[in-house]
Amino acid sequence: MSEPLTIHKWIWVWDFDKEEEWLNQMAAEGKVLESVGFCTYRFRDCEPGEYTVRLDLARNDSNYDQLLRDSGAEYIGRIFAWTYYRRKTEDGPFELYSDIDSKQAYLDRIVRILLIVFLMNFLMGMLNSNGAARLNMLCAAVLAYAIGRIHGKKEALDRERRLHE
Amino acid sequence: MNDAYALTETTYYILLALYKPNHGYGIMQKAEELSEGRVRLAAGTLYGALNALCDKGWIVQLPVESGSRRKDYRLTEKGFAVLENELARLEKLVNEGKKVLEESK
Repeated sequence: MSEPLTIHKWIWVWDFDKEEEWLNQMAAEGKVLESVGFCTYRFRDCEPGEYTVRLDLARNDSNYDQLLRDSGAEYIGRIFAWTYYRRKTEDGPFELYSDIDSKQAYLDRIVRILLIVFLMNFLMGMLNSNGAARLNMLCAAVLAYAIGRIHGKKEALDRERRLHE
Repeated sequence: MNDAYALTETTYYILLALYKPNHGYGIMQKAEELSEGRVRLAAGTLYGALNALCDKGWIVQLPVESGSRRKDYRLTEKGFAVLENELARLEKLVNEGKKVLEESK
């Protein structure tokens, strides 16, 4: 076994699907995600392609945790509302959302969280006039962009549903 | 949502799998078994659908037995009726499709 690998990486919130792709690319090359922290990803050696990694939004419901455990998903860690899971590829394809409705509901939940943080920053930026207020406005602008990007992903799913489920 | 709409595949297979009371993971396994491996309900999808079906009153949660960490669900009378209506609708679709395709042979 070689040393665990730690990678520091900034990933924009609207790139969660690219983040998942990257983590699975790493797993395909024999490095599986072992723990997460703010901008920090720690990997350990695995057989190339041994695991599939998935991101999710935390639900804080023991029912859901039980369902994930039963279906063979292993909890890796959490950053803010984001949770990370992995499952052995030999157990079959690993998805957390298997139809368009639930994929859209997932995107809606992400947007709802971003919207709250956006409003907080926007209000703080409006009410104050110091340097921090400018930072709040900058955050609000980035969050507005993120919400737009995720909305775009949702519309792509809408177009798909026009013809089939 | 109007109850006259077609069911999604996810809803249809959950209702089918709940023909006998079952817990979340049991529903996943049953749906996969019934569809010969074609329908794989993902955990996040199933969780959201179970909550929505409980809200609609098509299924209910059974009281948790002591010592068990898993909640069982069962179909309500309304759920049975929805499933039977959908089956009748699907049969019509299949028959009508077959008729057209066989006539044109």
